[in-house]
Amino acid sequence: MKNLMFRIRKNPEMYIGAAIIVVMLAIIICGVIFSPYDPDAMDASAKFADPSPAHPMGCDNFGRDLYARLSIGGATTLFIAVATVFIGVIFGIIIGALTGYYGGVVDEILMRFNDAVLAFPSILLALVFISLFGSGTFKVIISLGILFIPSFARIVRSEFMRCSKLDYVRSARLMGAGDLRIMFVHILPNIIPVLLSSTVIGFNNAVLAEASMSFLGIGVQPPSSSLGRMLSEAQAFLFSEPSYAIITGVTIALIVLGFSLLGDGLKKNA
Amino acid sequence: MKAVLKKLLTFIITVLLVTLFVFVAFEMIPGDAATARLGINATPEALEKMREEMGLTRPFFVRYFSWLGSFFFGDMGVSYSYGVSVRSMLASKLPITLTLTLMAFIMVVVLSIPIGLYSSKYEDRVFAKVIDVSGQLVMSIPPFFLGILVTYVFGMLLHMFTPGGFVSYDINFGKFISYLIFPALAIAVPKAAMSTKLLKTSILSERRLDYVRTAYSRGNSTMDVLYKHVLKNAVIPVITFLGMTLADIVAGSLVIEQVFSIPGYGRLLISSIANRDYPVVQAIIAIIAMIVIFINLLVDVTYQVLDPRLRGN
Amino acid sequence: MSKRRILALVLCVALIPAVALTACSGDKSDASSKIVIGIPQDLEDSLDPHEATAAGTREVLFNVYEGLLKPDPTGDIVPAVASDYSVSVDGFTYSFILRDGVKFHDGTNVEAEDVKYSIEKCAGLTGGQVLIAGLSNIESVEIADKNLIDITLKEPDMDFPAYIANTNAAIIPRSNSKPATNPIGTGPYMYVSRSPQDNIVLKKFDGYWGTPANIEDVTLKIIPNADSIVMNLNGGAVDMFARLTVTQTQQLNDNFEVLEGEMNLVQALYLNNAVKPFDNVDVRRALSYAVDVDNILELTSEKKGFPVGSSMFPAFSKYYIDLSDSYPTDIEKAKELLASAGYPDGFSFSITVPSNYQPHVEAAQVISEQLKKIGVNANIKLVEWNTWLSDVYTARNYEATVIGVDASSLTATAMLDRFVSDAENNFTNYSDPAYDELFAKLYITPGDEERVEIYKELQKNLAENAANVYIQDMAEFVALSDKYEGYTFYPLYVQDFAKLKLKGQ
Repeated sequence: MKNLMFRIRKNPEMYIGAAIIVVMLAIIICGVIFSPYDPDAMDASAKFADPSPAHPMGCDNFGRDLYARLSIGGATTLFIAVATVFIGVIFGIIIGALTGYYGGVVDEILMRFNDAVLAFPSILLALVFISLFGSGTFKVIISLGILFIPSFARIVRSEFMRCSKLDYVRSARLMGAGDLRIMFVHILPNIIPVLLSSTVIGFNNAVLAEASMSFLGIGVQPPSSSLGRMLSEAQAFLFSEPSYAIITGVTIALIVLGFSLLGDGLKKNA
Repeated sequence: MKAVLKKLLTFIITVLLVTLFVFVAFEMIPGDAATARLGINATPEALEKMREEMGLTRPFFVRYFSWLGSFFFGDMGVSYSYGVSVRSMLASKLPITLTLTLMAFIMVVVLSIPIGLYSSKYEDRVFAKVIDVSGQLVMSIPPFFLGILVTYVFGMLLHMFTPGGFVSYDINFGKFISYLIFPALAIAVPKAAMSTKLLKTSILSERRLDYVRTAYSRGNSTMDVLYKHVLKNAVIPVITFLGMTLADIVAGSLVIEQVFSIPGYGRLLISSIANRDYPVVQAIIAIIAMIVIFINLLVDVTYQVLDPRLRGN
Repeated sequence: MSKRRILALVLCVALIPAVALTACSGDKSDASSKIVIGIPQDLEDSLDPHEATAAGTREVLFNVYEGLLKPDPTGDIVPAVASDYSVSVDGFTYSFILRDGVKFHDGTNVEAEDVKYSIEKCAGLTGGQVLIAGLSNIESVEIADKNLIDITLKEPDMDFPAYIANTNAAIIPRSNSKPATNPIGTGPYMYVSRSPQDNIVLKKFDGYWGTPANIEDVTLKIIPNADSIVMNLNGGAVDMFARLTVTQTQQLNDNFEVLEGEMNLVQALYLNNAVKPFDNVDVRRALSYAVDVDNILELTSEKKGFPVGSSMFPAFSKYYIDLSDSYPTDIEKAKELLASAGYPDGFSFSITVPSNYQPHVEAAQVISEQLKKIGVNANIKLVEWNTWLSDVYTARNYEATVIGVDASSLTATAMLDRFVSDAENNFTNYSDPAYDELFAKLYITPGDEERVEIYKELQKNLAENAANVYIQDMAEFVALSDKYEGYTFYPLYVQDFAKLKLKGQ
């Protein structure tokens, strides 16, 4: 117990961040599992209903239960974030590992390409992607995922460049280990701490990017809900029903806050 | 010098890549500009004629390079939807987006450096902690929502500006600037929070280094050490960050323009993508890429000036 | 200069705008007559009246252009550029007398040659395509005298004056080679400038032949983001906005008066009758039984709106029949119909909706929810307005859409002609030989009563075959700043800026 207190004191960000995330996840999961309402079910008699035991957060303009929508929307947003980061990390590792380990012309070309993508406003590229693929949850994931690859590739590459010159890699090579083995068995585990904190930050960027895309109308399509979609819908009722926008906005802010604190904490530990 | 040349090369390659990417993307989008243009009564023959007129029948690379060539000489073509030259359309809007971006950028610098210095100097004061926490909070709010909050608080409650009452720079420059303060604020605040945090971390880690201790032991005052030695080194990662942030600020301005009803590039870009108005989309994307990369170039040069370690190369 | 001083300087520079701001925040409103009117989309199709297709474009161009005739607020057709007209006994020839002293915005007089040029261009007689479907019936346009124009038809058509009164059939100067970028008309307002996706500026035309406009300067501000309309109105940046939702009007502050009228259009879930499964009449009927219009009105407009059951709105009182009860909500029946059509487990389709029209987006969401009850899964695809125009309306590449269809001219025919199988504007691909046959009869039936009967039969045909899932003629809410008055509703989708005036003006 004392030990735990000590650790919390030494790295409060990580534990506060983790606590926020656990609470938010609990709220979302509870809503998804236990809420008696279909998040899409409309009820004319409950339009903009105030919070009550029946509707803990009240209802929206169609009389849909806000808590049910918020939890399913939160789940959608988290799913988008996880999937996006997953795509970014997997391809980032492959590209970063190969270019960082081998170097050479391919590395030079890919990194120039990387710089080009990184130097460019990602929301713009997302816009072009979406007009290419069409909008909807999975298309958002694919476009954001692709846009996330370069930043991960860059991080992995620099770590691989650093590690491939280290002693343990040299000795592994002397012992006759193959390149792939060195890359993925020897080097990869060593860069996981660095990767972990950028992954967590990636989550945040994905959550915020989803919100922006939904606001521009190119993200998740109604009637499906996501936190970004809900927030942009809530904007229409900002003056008459500010609580709708506030509840959604606070939920997004808390999730992002939790992850960024956790990310900071992980960085400190790494 | 060599480094700058190398940068310049990267600059050119990047613009080429980005525009090529957009060209390919449009190539793959179903539906075409001729249909979008002719509307309801279009017969197949008329469509064919229109495609011919718009030069859509030429092979892909011919079109790309002819576009690139004329763009290089300042000819951006004619907008499909408005029938006027893209150059004139964009020229009148460029000051809007550019001013917004620059104002936001200046705000980031002006806000983050003093605050970062303060909170690293008085690391343990309550106020510094308050800055830390509020910075974290601000970074967690989606940018457009922050824009809405700014509109609500400054526009609706405090009546410091008229939401939606944008005045163009050629009508009343003073009003133009005073309207843009608020959207610029909405863009700048989260970026400033990040930059503050970075500066603080960077100063704190720099302060632990040997040379600082040496400076102190020589009897220099805290202020002197902070400004003469630490800041100079600590500011380098911040400059890198600011360079990278610029792309985000441009992107942020495209979104925030929607919230504040500012007729800059954002709205035009979104509608032009939907209209398949290639000449407009291409030109806007190329211009934005050029602005971003150009400023990055500037950042790199500043870098070289500030960091003697890099000057040798 | 020490670093501290630099810092101080930078801070000062940054603070200047903040100070300047407080100085110029109090907005002085001067009393010169101008108004800022918000519109939901830019006039992207064309400023050339003959090329404009979107209702949102035509309602603005109504103030800039006029035809030989024009509609008035009561729904009558009154003379405009022509001072009078007569029709020959056989119904083939219409003679228009050119009004004296009508001027174009560039100051030149309207001549018979301009009229001939304009009408021939619309009718596709000069080599181009037919720009206005109703005018394809024109055989020839002759200048009989300096101010007398004879238009001869291929077939007699009693709706002809209504087509001529359409804003699309405007008279424009033959000397203007670029009407799309340099619009010149004869209306009470003249075009000054535009900034794409930002605004369009109009100015009162002093040489107008008729009752002059009251307000000197009209700025149309484009607000495609439906969510910021209320903020723009409450903040004082926009003085008027037509076609708000109920929710939007409820958030307005006391400086606005909310006027209520009808939009004069038919909002429906329009179905592409050519694609599966909507080519099956039972499927379309099933959807009609499943969609509960009262529930839509309750959820989206506080029950305001006028349910309709076919492609006609009540303002055409002479022709309108109430068919809104054709498909009372009946989930069981809908399921049975689906099963008999071979879809016992339902199906999936997508509804394409233009994102700048909030009422349609909301209706689509309610419909999507209602259809779940019969196992039909409707996804919503939000698109930009111009994408909608090109993909849905023009290319007919869609499954279903929620939109409001208006009458382009003051004739009931304009609501019904688009359902003839080979009509160029038949974006729903509706195809029924019986309908085509009935519609053709309109042109050969001289008696007024019989014609009215045919109009009603046509409406019944659409309802019976559930061509589309009909919803309502929407209630129109117009927010007008209390500084102004004189907003006038038309039985058509138009906005008449010339009648607006400052209070006490």
